[in-house]
Amino acid sequence: MTQFLQQMINGLSLGSIYALVALGYTMVYGIIKLINFAHGDIYMLGAYIGFIVTTKLGLGFFPALVISMAGCALIGVTIERIAYKPLRNATRITALITAIGVSYFLEAGTQRVMGAGVQTFPNVLANETIMFGDVRISTQQIVIFSVTIVLMVALTFLVNKTKVGRAMRAVSVDPDAARLMGVNVDATISFTFAIGSALAGAAGVLVGLYYNSINPLMGMLPGIKAFIAAVFGGIGIIPGAMLGGFFIGVVETLVAGYWSSLWKDAVVYLILIVILIVKPAGLLGKNVKEKV
Amino acid sequence: MLIVKDLSVHYGVIQALKQVSVEVHEGEIVALIGANGAGKTTLLHAISGLVKHEGDILFLGNSLSKADSRAIVAAGITQVPEGRRIFPDMSVTENLLMGAYLRKDKAGIEEDMKMVFERFPRLQERKKQLAGTLSGGEQQMLAMGRALMAKPKLLLLDEPSMGLSPLLVKEIFSIITSINEQGTTVLLVEQNARMALQIADRAYVMETGKIVLSGTGEELSASEDIKKAYLGG
Ligand SMILES: Nc1ncnc2c1ncn2[C@@H]1O[C@H](COP(=O)(O)OP(=O)(O)OP(=O)(O)O)[C@@H](O)[C@H]1O
Ligand SMILES: [Mg+2]
Repeated sequence: MTQFLQQMINGLSLGSIYALVALGYTMVYGIIKLINFAHGDIYMLGAYIGFIVTTKLGLGFFPALVISMAGCALIGVTIERIAYKPLRNATRITALITAIGVSYFLEAGTQRVMGAGVQTFPNVLANETIMFGDVRISTQQIVIFSVTIVLMVALTFLVNKTKVGRAMRAVSVDPDAARLMGVNVDATISFTFAIGSALAGAAGVLVGLYYNSINPLMGMLPGIKAFIAAVFGGIGIIPGAMLGGFFIGVVETLVAGYWSSLWKDAVVYLILIVILIVKPAGLLGKNVKEKV
Repeated sequence: MLIVKDLSVHYGVIQALKQVSVEVHEGEIVALIGANGAGKTTLLHAISGLVKHEGDILFLGNSLSKADSRAIVAAGITQVPEGRRIFPDMSVTENLLMGAYLRKDKAGIEEDMKMVFERFPRLQERKKQLAGTLSGGEQQMLAMGRALMAKPKLLLLDEPSMGLSPLLVKEIFSIITSINEQGTTVLLVEQNARMALQIADRAYVMETGKIVLSGTGEELSASEDIKKAYLGG
């Protein structure tokens, strides 16, 4: 039991990271039906911004978090404007290939500027371990989990209760109808990229804190896992991405803990295959025919 | 109030509108009738800024040709699109708030929401219901209520009677008349030519992208050609 609780706690910490990244995938997909394969690299850039801000400017964790979120928002919007907006009416495969191109560009660019090797993320938060019986929780885990929950609550409020959130939902179901209401569709899409990228930026800083090491390719695997999390929950559905992220994180940790860490990735892919067969729309998705 | 001059619209190689000219005067109900594919929706889309066009559109003396859809709504033209296009995953109230998207006067928005609920009591009972679960008639009322929330000077209606029972069609038409009596100018696209000509001050007939006839509602109702083509003998 103790071991199980311990794994759950570790799993929820990892799952927090996946969930934050999955939210960006799902929001962007929701609004322009694009799987933004460069999204994992935004998360990587978030970690690097956090790294630079803490090591070069000597700032603490929270300023680093905020600056990284803002920086990633800006990067996300810029990518959307330059790479995706001109393809708004192109076929989906064109946009998808472009996203993969953007991903390589960001990875190679970071390797060039920051070096290809691993960098050590500084310990910007005192890390203490709190024992609950035999279960250990680190303060870092508490911070990761709390920051994630706060961001999720804020996002949920933004999307469901504010005017800009209504505009986002309107554009995602019917852009022309949204235009008829006076919504600025381009600005709303940019805003969605900004929010999704900011969440990835936050995840990047949190993961730097958690694992202490970052590298230019660190976004690849978590990017895929987060994408699977988004599909698992139902791509385009915000609570689905949250649920999917935590679920994938927990499953991966349990597999690694009870079985073998060699198998954890395989099990995650297996989950993707199973969900695509059993419920292609995802756990929270409605099984509707795709609109063409 | 609205002057459409020599408007042409192309979809790729297809020319959907050929030099269409239409005028709507303040206070009028103007009907636009025509067969499927004649270009009626295209004309409304051009007015609302959803499709590129050649020719000129003047509203209250200002050219809208370079304006985007947002500026056109802000200028006072709101459209109730064909097929309603309500936001299915939003509640009735949220849909109405979307209609008021460009407005900043909170008190005014609340007042107009009350006004819409008075006009459409069925919507009030279903305030919190998701719009996608409303019946077709209720969705049409919601689409009209949503458009009214923008406080339009000119209301564009694209086939508001589509798919509704005869009783409901009557109700919708009497609502259109009353909206007009309260000061909103209306440009009404309809397949239901008989009803449309009854409430219209003037009407245009469109065929394959061109205006082929125009006149007062009574003139067109009496015209033999119209009777044959649109009123079933
Ligand atoms: N997005 C589009 N792309 C290509 N062709 C289009 C598009 N929209 C409309 N058309 C064509 O333009 C012509 C006019 O269409 P439009 O929808 O304006 O007709 P309508 O008079 O509103 O018809 P209905 O009464 O059936 O609604 C049709 O031939 C249609 O096929
Ligand atoms: Mg039409």
